[in-house]
Amino acid sequence: MADLPYRIVIGLEVHVQLLTKTKLFCGCPNRFGLPPNSATCPVCIGMPGVLPVMNRRAFELALKAALALNCQIAAFTKWDRKNYYYPDLPKNYQISQYDLPFSYDGWLEISTATGPKRVRIIRVHLEEDAGKMLHDEQGGGRDSLVDLNRAGTPLLEIVSHPDMSTPEEAKAYLEEIRLMLRELEVSDCEMQEGSLRCDANVNIHVPLAGGGHAATPIVEVKNLNSFRSVERAIRYEAQRQYEEFQKTGKKLGEVPKATAGWDENRGITVVQRRKEEASDYRYFPEPDLVPVEVDDAWRERIRASLGELPAQQRRRLQEQYGLSAYDANVLTSQGRAMVAYFETVSGKCGDPKAACNWITNKLLAVAKTQGSGNGGPFALPAEHLADLIAEQKAMGLTKQISEELFDLMVGEGLTAKEAIERKGIKPVASADELLAIVRRAIAANPKAVADFKKGKTAAAQAIKGAVMKETKGTAKPDLVQQLVMDELQKV
Amino acid sequence: MSLTADQVRWVAHLARLELSEADLAKLTEQLSAIVDYVGQLQSVNTDGVEPLAHPLPIHNVFREDEPHVPLPVEAALANAPDRHGGFYGVPAVLD
Repeated sequence: MADLPYRIVIGLEVHVQLLTKTKLFCGCPNRFGLPPNSATCPVCIGMPGVLPVMNRRAFELALKAALALNCQIAAFTKWDRKNYYYPDLPKNYQISQYDLPFSYDGWLEISTATGPKRVRIIRVHLEEDAGKMLHDEQGGGRDSLVDLNRAGTPLLEIVSHPDMSTPEEAKAYLEEIRLMLRELEVSDCEMQEGSLRCDANVNIHVPLAGGGHAATPIVEVKNLNSFRSVERAIRYEAQRQYEEFQKTGKKLGEVPKATAGWDENRGITVVQRRKEEASDYRYFPEPDLVPVEVDDAWRERIRASLGELPAQQRRRLQEQYGLSAYDANVLTSQGRAMVAYFETVSGKCGDPKAACNWITNKLLAVAKTQGSGNGGPFALPAEHLADLIAEQKAMGLTKQISEELFDLMVGEGLTAKEAIERKGIKPVASADELLAIVRRAIAANPKAVADFKKGKTAAAQAIKGAVMKETKGTAKPDLVQQLVMDELQKV
Repeated sequence: MSLTADQVRWVAHLARLELSEADLAKLTEQLSAIVDYVGQLQSVNTDGVEPLAHPLPIHNVFREDEPHVPLPVEAALANAPDRHGGFYGVPAVLD
C-alpha cells in the first residue's frame, strides 16, 4: 500500500447476532432458516399494548463480548427508541442504545504484517435486529416480501475508531472479532447468513504540497457480505474518493456524510444518498424497558468466564513454546481446540516445533480436503500424532515415510505403532546391519559402481536409493550417504 | 411560530407522509403550539439534575432465555393487507 498517493482511514461498524435460544424481548426462537414468519409473536411484530422483557442471556453474552474487547462496562445503562420507517421494522422504531451504551472505550489487538496493532473501540451496544426484506431482483416492480423471523433478535453493534489504514487491516480486524466471538460462543459470525455484518466508514488523507494533508468527505460503505468484499470495497472506495478529490477538491465537512452500496458483481461502490443525521432518528428513552445496573461482582464473574483470548494465546505460544509469530498465528486462528491439540502433541513428544509443523503442513491439509465432518482436523488423536513424531526420531524415519505413515494412520484409524507394523518397517538394528545392506546394494548394482569409477559421482545415488528401499526409509540418510561413499572407495 | 414549514416537511418525510401545502400550513401551526406548550419546561432550571432514564425506581428486569410457542403463520399474517405465501407483501422498496 506504500505506493498509494494517499493514506486510507477506515473505521468499522460491525453487527453480530447473539447465540441465544430466543429473541431479545420475547420468547420466539432465534434461529436462521426457519420458514418465513413462523417465529413471531405480538411483541416482535409490534402489536399495540405489548411489553418487551430483556433476555438475560443476551445481556450476558453482550457483556462477555464487550469485556473481551477490553471495554469499560457502564454501571448504569438504558435503552432508547430509534425511529424510522421501513417495512422490515414493524414497530416503526428500533430498540437500541443511544447516549448510555452498556460498554465503551475498548480495544482489540489484531495481527498485521508489521506486528500486533491495537484498534480502539468507541462503544459496544445491544439492540434488536430488524426483519428481512426480499426485493424483486429483476426490477420488474413486483412487491417486496417481508419475513419478520429476524425482527427482535439480539444484535451487538461494535463501533471502532478510524484506526485502520489498509483494507488488509480492516479484514484482519473483522477476522479477529469472528475468531474471538466464535470461541466465546457469543455468535457464530457467519457472514453468508448475516450473523456477522459490517459497514465501513472510509475517507482518505491526501498529502498537500505545502505540508499537511487534506481529508476527503467520509462515505459509509454498506452491503459488505464477505471478508473479500470488505477488502475490495475499501480499496475501490479510497481510489474513487482520490479521483473525485482531484476533480472537485471537496474536503471533509464541505459536503454531508454519504452512504454507498457495494456492488459485488460490478466491483464498484454506488453513492446513494444523504445520510440521515442522528437527530432525524428522534431518539428518546424507551419507556417500556427499565434500566440495567451492572455491579462489580456481576462484571467480574463474566470476565472470569472469558478464558484465554486469541491475542494472549499468540503471545503465549511464542513465549512458552518458542514458535514464530507466524506459526503462533496459524494455530491461534484455528481456534482454542486446535491450540489445545497442539499443546497435547507438543507436551507428549517434547518437540513444539515438530508438533507445529505436522499440524500446519499435514493436519490442516487433511482438514481442508475432508471438511469438518469425521472429526475434521481432530480425526487423528493428539496422542497418536505425538507417538508418530517420537517414532520418527527414534527410528530415524525420513519425512516421506513418516508422511506415508501419517496418511495411513488418518485413513485407517491406526496408532503410530500399528501403522509402522502394517508397512512392515523395522528399525535397522545396528550400524553393522546397515553396512551389510550397503555392501549387498553395491554388489547388486555393478553398473552404478562402474559409472562411479568413471567419475560419475551421481551414480552413488542409485546405491543409496537401493539402501533406503531395503531399509524402508528407516536408515538415517546422512549415515547411508557416508557408508555408501566409504564402501565405493574400497571397491 | 417555533417551527418552520420546512422543518415540518422534513419530519413528514421521515414519517413517510405526503402532505398537501394546505395540510402543511395547518400542521405547522398545530405542531408549533404543541412544541411551545412543552417548551415551557425549558424555563425550569435543571442545573445539576440528572436526566431521568425511567420514571419507575426499578432496574434489572430480565426473563430467562426460554422459548415460547410462536404465533401460527396464519395468525401472524391475519392482518396483513397483502401476502405472498408465508411472506408479507409490501409495495416495492427502491431505497
